[in-house]
Amino acid sequence: MHEKHSERQSSMNQFLVFIKKEFYHIFRDRLTLWILLGLPVLMLSLFGFAITTEVKNTRMAIYDPSRDAATSAIINKLSANDYFIFERFLDNPQEIETVFKTGEIGLVVVFSENFYENTVRTGDAKVQLITDGTDPNTAITLTNYATNIIRAYQQELANSSYVPFQIVPEAKLLYNPQMKSAYNFVPGVMGMILMLICAMMTSISIAREKEKGTMEVLLVSPMKPLVIILAKAVPYLALSLVNLTTILLFSVFVLKVPVAGSLAVLISLSVVFIFVCLALGLLISTVVNTQLVALLISGVALMAPIILLSGMIFPVENMPIFLRIPAEVIPARWFIIANKKVMIKGLGFESITRELLILGSMAVLLITLSLKKFKNRLE
Amino acid sequence: MLKFLLEKEIKQLRRNKFLPRFVIALPFMALLVLPLAANFEVKNINLSIVDNDRSDYSIRLVQKIVSSGYFRLTNYSSTYKAALRAVELDYADIVLEIPNNFEADLVNEKNARVMVSANTVNGTKGGLGSSYLLSTINDFSSDIRTEWLSQSERALMSSISILPLFRYNPLLRYPVFMVPAIMVMMMAMICGFLPALNIVSEKESGTIEQINVTPVKRLTFILAKLIPYWVIGFVVLTVCFGVALFVYGLVPKGNILTIYLFASIFVLAFSGFGLTISNFATTVQQAMFLMFFFIMTFIFLSGLYTPVANMPQWAQTISIFSPLKYFIQVMRSVYLKGSGFGELAVQFYALCGFAVFFNVLAVLTYRKSV
Repeated sequence: MHEKHSERQSSMNQFLVFIKKEFYHIFRDRLTLWILLGLPVLMLSLFGFAITTEVKNTRMAIYDPSRDAATSAIINKLSANDYFIFERFLDNPQEIETVFKTGEIGLVVVFSENFYENTVRTGDAKVQLITDGTDPNTAITLTNYATNIIRAYQQELANSSYVPFQIVPEAKLLYNPQMKSAYNFVPGVMGMILMLICAMMTSISIAREKEKGTMEVLLVSPMKPLVIILAKAVPYLALSLVNLTTILLFSVFVLKVPVAGSLAVLISLSVVFIFVCLALGLLISTVVNTQLVALLISGVALMAPIILLSGMIFPVENMPIFLRIPAEVIPARWFIIANKKVMIKGLGFESITRELLILGSMAVLLITLSLKKFKNRLE
Repeated sequence: MLKFLLEKEIKQLRRNKFLPRFVIALPFMALLVLPLAANFEVKNINLSIVDNDRSDYSIRLVQKIVSSGYFRLTNYSSTYKAALRAVELDYADIVLEIPNNFEADLVNEKNARVMVSANTVNGTKGGLGSSYLLSTINDFSSDIRTEWLSQSERALMSSISILPLFRYNPLLRYPVFMVPAIMVMMMAMICGFLPALNIVSEKESGTIEQINVTPVKRLTFILAKLIPYWVIGFVVLTVCFGVALFVYGLVPKGNILTIYLFASIFVLAFSGFGLTISNFATTVQQAMFLMFFFIMTFIFLSGLYTPVANMPQWAQTISIFSPLKYFIQVMRSVYLKGSGFGELAVQFYALCGFAVFFNVLAVLTYRKSV
């Protein structure tokens, strides 16, 4: 009895010693450590500030053969807006092609002749909004903005006479009234970083030991193999928790995306996901022999699908069916859905039971699989 | 000396079974999958309707909205609360609530209200969804007006017809936008990562020390590393053009040789960048992460997927230092708009500057002795 107790105690000691060793390994590689800590900040900054589908300060050129009160009014309305900057008048239609080719202009407005008269009398005044179609999103957005402004002008003209049969919609924007795109990707970035650290780093770390040959040294020692492997996962668990905190702090204070739901639920959800990722990392490391392959597999098989198919940047609903099916299998997708529910919509535990169940079963499945594979390889 | 080193590099490349396949497969896969996945079009918006009126007019309004094609009617709730729950659980993206005296108000007072609530977690989707819905409601109003008012009364309301025209891409096909961006991304990734990995794996395997003790000059060494990847750059570009042509039907409007010219300078510049990075990393892992860090920044800040003009000032300043920004401008201008060399002088000088800068940096930061 006494022996068993001390055996268990020394097992625990071994485990702790190994964890300490792994931490030393990580801290000695300063460059990687800094990049791992800085990556979430970089990603959140990029997505938060740089990548925006909002269109503003577009240079606008006008070809106006009418030059009357109506066209001036419309031009003024367009320029007064934040979206457009009036650049210049064009002298002839041929210039339209040139300004687009040099890329200096984003919108060209062409008025028909006798604009004002046509507006009030014959009712066939025309405005042409020409945009650069190579960027469809921007083109559509610009066209919509300009159309709204012109319609508002039309409304003004018409308000002098009464317009009946008007349905007045009241619009309400739920959860994200300021339409900040940050709400959409913070959960995604969280998923990506956790997957990167827990899966990729763990698998590379184990693969590196295999490659250098130090794994064999460890295996011939009296240490239990399981202890060695699990000790590799723990520092990355800690690192990912640090990154999780960084991401949450950054989102709340810099990006102004609050955590609408319960922090405890969010963290427990993240921990479940972390376990899934760690198990994935372990699984990958059982099948590879070199770091490079571990990196490529985690990179291509894990990260790329996450970025593409988890709904982080590109909406999954728009994708063809053969892409949507693999998308369902990626753990990050469920994590991000649940994360959005808790963080953005402020829902509680009950609403994410489905996702938690899926993630939980994935974790169990992957852990059993990788442990099994490990037992086989190590013997 | 250079000749022998080049021979060595080429032999090593040939012996590597993985690399040639990777260089061809990656652009191929990326060009096939990414444009399909990366589609920002907003369609199939899930709509939940709460119709408290159930009158002729409200039913007509609902029918008009559903037949517009933008929406998928996912449920007809009896209360706003139920509809909101649908939004919480992601079964609906937008809710339309019609009050119970809708028809009466419309006919008697000539004005009626409705409530539109949009889920804006995905801002673009919420915004576009509500704007489609609002414009459909607007059209419905006009329809009613047409039915009830006489011709002369209608004419009193002034009309301006707005005709949008989308230059270079009249059908607003997304691949037109994505394919050049993916091409640039592939070239950057392949011509950035591979040279960096090359030197760093030599560092890890120790063979770099052997080269360092020879009288080979730094310039020669770097050149020998650079040239094979320069050629690979052309291969990648050609594969990309092939896929663009056969899968998407995209033909360059301008001169394809112009693109090759600019590409050659770009690859030179970016490989130089990769080699510089590898001089600062001691392990493959470090090189990978460092490269990943920079490529992420470059890809997102260079206007590949979102226009640079929309970014805040600090981001625009950083983008000035990105070779990708100039190259994507060249790519889109020549491929889609048919611009010629003359219109792209700025980009030419910028890319040349980068090529010189990064390669000189690569040579200077390479240390033969520790």
